[in-house]
Amino acid sequence: MSGTLIRTASPVTERGRVRSVWRPRLGVLTRYASPVLLVLLWQAGCSAGLLSTRLVASPAQIVATGWTLAKDGTLQTNLLVSLARAGAGLGIAFVAGVSLALVAGLSRLGEDIVDAPLQILRTLPALALVPLFILWFGIGETPKIALVALGSSFPIYLNLHKGIRSIDPKLLEMTRTLGLSRARTIRDVILPGALPDLLVGLRFAVGISWLMLVVAEQVNADSGIGHMMMDAEDFLRTDIILVGLVIYGLLGLVSDQIVRFLETALLSWRPSHRAARSA
Amino acid sequence: MNAVAQVVPGAEASARDGAAVVVHGLTRRFGDGPAVLDHLDLAIAPGEFVALLGHSGSGKSTLLRTLAGLDPVTDGSVTRPREVSVVFQESRLLPWKRVWQNAVLGQDGADRRARAVAVLEEVGLGHRVDAWPLTLSGGEAQRAALARALVREPAFLMLDEPFAALDALTRLKMQRLVSDLWIRHRCSVLLVTHDVDEALMLADRAVVLERGRIRTDLPIPMERPRRHADPRFEHLRGVLLDALGVHDD
Repeated sequence: MSGTLIRTASPVTERGRVRSVWRPRLGVLTRYASPVLLVLLWQAGCSAGLLSTRLVASPAQIVATGWTLAKDGTLQTNLLVSLARAGAGLGIAFVAGVSLALVAGLSRLGEDIVDAPLQILRTLPALALVPLFILWFGIGETPKIALVALGSSFPIYLNLHKGIRSIDPKLLEMTRTLGLSRARTIRDVILPGALPDLLVGLRFAVGISWLMLVVAEQVNADSGIGHMMMDAEDFLRTDIILVGLVIYGLLGLVSDQIVRFLETALLSWRPSHRAARSA
Repeated sequence: MNAVAQVVPGAEASARDGAAVVVHGLTRRFGDGPAVLDHLDLAIAPGEFVALLGHSGSGKSTLLRTLAGLDPVTDGSVTRPREVSVVFQESRLLPWKRVWQNAVLGQDGADRRARAVAVLEEVGLGHRVDAWPLTLSGGEAQRAALARALVREPAFLMLDEPFAALDALTRLKMQRLVSDLWIRHRCSVLLVTHDVDEALMLADRAVVLERGRIRTDLPIPMERPRRHADPRFEHLRGVLLDALGVHDD
């Protein structure tokens, strides 16, 4: 009988199947258990006096302060200002990044002219330009929006350019045999083919835009979430600073979710996305 | 006339009377290497089904790419109808367009969808009209590629090893489909293939290419539908294999 392998249904696999039904719900619980535990420990530490509330406010205090700030409108005003800056900067970055990537991606000459300087510029940390931007644009809205726009243009440009360049040449050959015009090839093949990369770039850009905004609002500003936090520093209000941090965190989370939603909606042709949606 | 002639100055195009496709003295080399196509002459009559066989590197693909307009004519001349379609080994469907949109890619008119549905039904894909290409099987994807080729009602259809990547059973079905479609549409066809049986099942004429020249030009005078068991089939198979340098004793 050597060399023969007989496999029969075993109770082990049966039990495994039963467990897999419970796994997802249990998984959600275990996933959130440790962050919740950390917050509880933090609260306990503050209440017991182990953590100085002058250095770090307790979670309960943060919630209370957040509520007060929301009630007197401070939070909303500053949040709107920050959102407007990030939105304007991202909008400019999107238009600039997409236009430059199209110029560089669709023509050799365009690539020679556009790509080299951008590859050099992207190695500069955009935040190092803050002093220069203040000299150039003063301390109004312009330097803040410009900083966000500059920082988030690069991921959009780089990813879309890569996406356009990596379109399957066999598809382009096929469109030539069909006699498709250049404009139509761009519309039907190149842009949809590069869309997944554009969305990846957009996700990076959104992340970078918040980073840029934090710095811009903390260096010099008279409004915005960053300003609210810097103001609180002068009065040792760690609770307000932490409220600002929570807001930044939530903003990052929400904007990432929006881009994810865009990916699911626009890339429904990809099998992975279909599987994710039906699951 | 709706013919496209790509003629290099100095070379005269002597179109043979009535042929849909005429290749005359076509030479092509890459760099300083040996000629991939060497003073090649070939004519395909309207409605004729020609199979092009040969080893890898014999110039089959280069000839097809030149006829498709993907490669330039540098020496010699090529005359072909303006309405041509190509089906490649891979379906080359756009994954972000639904099957019906792929079928009528580049076509205009309000009745695009109706035309797409009609041609997809003709190739047996009426049930996958709204599917995404990445959900199709290999055979279905090639059917969609065939539909995309047929919707433009080509006068000349080029098939570049279209069934090479399919499993044996699907390949047989696809061969029957191509045969039926050709009988209905009666366009000229150039089928590039490695498969001697496929050539004998489908073509009016088998052309064997060797080092850029035509080594054998074999008419296949069998009525359709054809059968492998036919003694003439066996005989022609021997001749073609011989021409390809494969001896089948």
